Amino acid sequence: MLARLSDTLWRRPGLFILLLLTPPLLWLGIIYVGSLFALLLQSFFSIDEFSGLIRYELTLKTYYELLTPANGDIILRTIIMACAVTAAATLIAFPIALYAARHARGRLKAFFYLGAMMPLWSSYLVKIYAWKLILAKEGIINWVVEGMGLAFVLNAILAFPVIGGNSLSVSYIGTFIVLLYVWIPFMILPLQAALERVPEPLLEASDDLGATAGQTLRHVTIPLALPGMIAGSIFTFSLTMGDYIVPQIIGSSRRFIGQAVYAHQGTAGNIPLAAAFAVVPIVVMAFYLWYARRRGAFDAL
Amino acid sequence: MRSERKASVLLKCAAVAGLLFLHLPILLIFLYAFTTEDTSYVFPPPGLTLDWLAVTWNRPDVWQALGLSLRVASVSTVIAIVLGTLCAAAVSKARFFGRETISLLVILPIALPGIITGISLRSAFNILDIPFSTFTIILGHATFCVVVVYNNAIARFRRLSGSLIEASFDLGATGFQTFRYIVLPNLATALLAGGMLAFALSFDEVIVTTFTAGQQQTLPIWMLEELVRPRQRPVTNVVAMVVVVVTFLPILAAYYLTREASSSRST
Repeated sequence: MLARLSDTLWRRPGLFILLLLTPPLLWLGIIYVGSLFALLLQSFFSIDEFSGLIRYELTLKTYYELLTPANGDIILRTIIMACAVTAAATLIAFPIALYAARHARGRLKAFFYLGAMMPLWSSYLVKIYAWKLILAKEGIINWVVEGMGLAFVLNAILAFPVIGGNSLSVSYIGTFIVLLYVWIPFMILPLQAALERVPEPLLEASDDLGATAGQTLRHVTIPLALPGMIAGSIFTFSLTMGDYIVPQIIGSSRRFIGQAVYAHQGTAGNIPLAAAFAVVPIVVMAFYLWYARRRGAFDAL
Repeated sequence: MRSERKASVLLKCAAVAGLLFLHLPILLIFLYAFTTEDTSYVFPPPGLTLDWLAVTWNRPDVWQALGLSLRVASVSTVIAIVLGTLCAAAVSKARFFGRETISLLVILPIALPGIITGISLRSAFNILDIPFSTFTIILGHATFCVVVVYNNAIARFRRLSGSLIEASFDLGATGFQTFRYIVLPNLATALLAGGMLAFALSFDEVIVTTFTAGQQQTLPIWMLEELVRPRQRPVTNVVAMVVVVVTFLPILAAYYLTREASSSRST
């Protein structure tokens, strides 16, 4: 009986694939896609100002609320932060990825690979906690800065409007550093994979034709590694945009999209507005992915 | 290649500095777990002690949170292994219509920010009147764990040649025998590696969990509360250290499992 069943399945691969796919598709389709639609639907409802209850009729009213100056600021602030983190992550990740891909050999290569992979998987909260320890007023950064007699430099940096604050742990600089630290591993690995695929002969040819190292880097290596860079930036950008825990723990009181979503669905009970806020990163990411696809970044994932 | 060699001193410095930036903060956790200071994050620690290990050991709330985290991670991992393997088997087996859509569907829960996954699930549970419980936490975790198993399994399926399976059938094995003696042994290390990563992912997850948990506290939720309102800093230091160790080991194991398999195949 079992044997006949397996024979039938072997002869009819279409049926077999359908059987294989049914459980995962049911799970992802019902639980995940279903939930996404539930969210989307909620964003077209609105909240009744008097009763505070959700009115279940389709309207764009909630989306208009997103455009008020206060909410617009939140969206703009989040996107700027996501751009800044992505740019900085690319700058710091590039030398690590380049060295690991092109120069390290044997054990050193394994060391670099693990060195880039471990932080990707180590605990998100522990990373944030480590920075809470580091950035605290009595923590290691202030200890080092004061020990070197450079306290005035730190104070000057913190005195900047907007990005500064009373101390590192309540300023945008702090938020930026921690977001960068938490999400940078997602940039290193795709970048490293892309750099490893840059053909050696092309670099040698560039060298033979008299290009300096800098010229080779700019005109050969970076253009060829661009898909990996875009693939990495998809992660850093998306993850920064949706993060609500980092800015809540390290940063000023001005909110990011994630915090707005969390606050509106929780204490405020304004699920439609929370849903509308959540749609913003989806739309931004849809554009981003569409652009990345056109640049061929998906092959590097 | 003379010019490239010259540039590599500068490059090496930048690379090493980058790695230090990635790793030093985590190492600091180990120092703080033993500090005698219990009301602030003062550096350098005024003294070192082992007392906090004992204090943490005797904390029932920490044990409860740890127990729930382990339970959730185990169940989610099992679900993810089953669903991820099925999906990978189907996608690798043939080119069919909608193949790319299925890959996208599997990757989506991890590509979109966790807060989207979280609030979507929460609003769905609300609409369906499903009370928040351990069950809802697992539903969420399994959903985003599928992708890591899928990635590992599909890479292995691509290397597993179809002629091996055909040979098995030609020699008279049943479908079950072929699965048991040919497919499974070839897949085993990839599934183990994928499962360990899924376990680590679930054990650490906090963003989706804040939306899908009711009164239950997983270990990350416990830590989050301490981060937002620090009450017992020394205990938190120790818990943070334990979490680093607990996630470090499976990941190292997963790395060696997949590495050995790929190097033994290439030689």
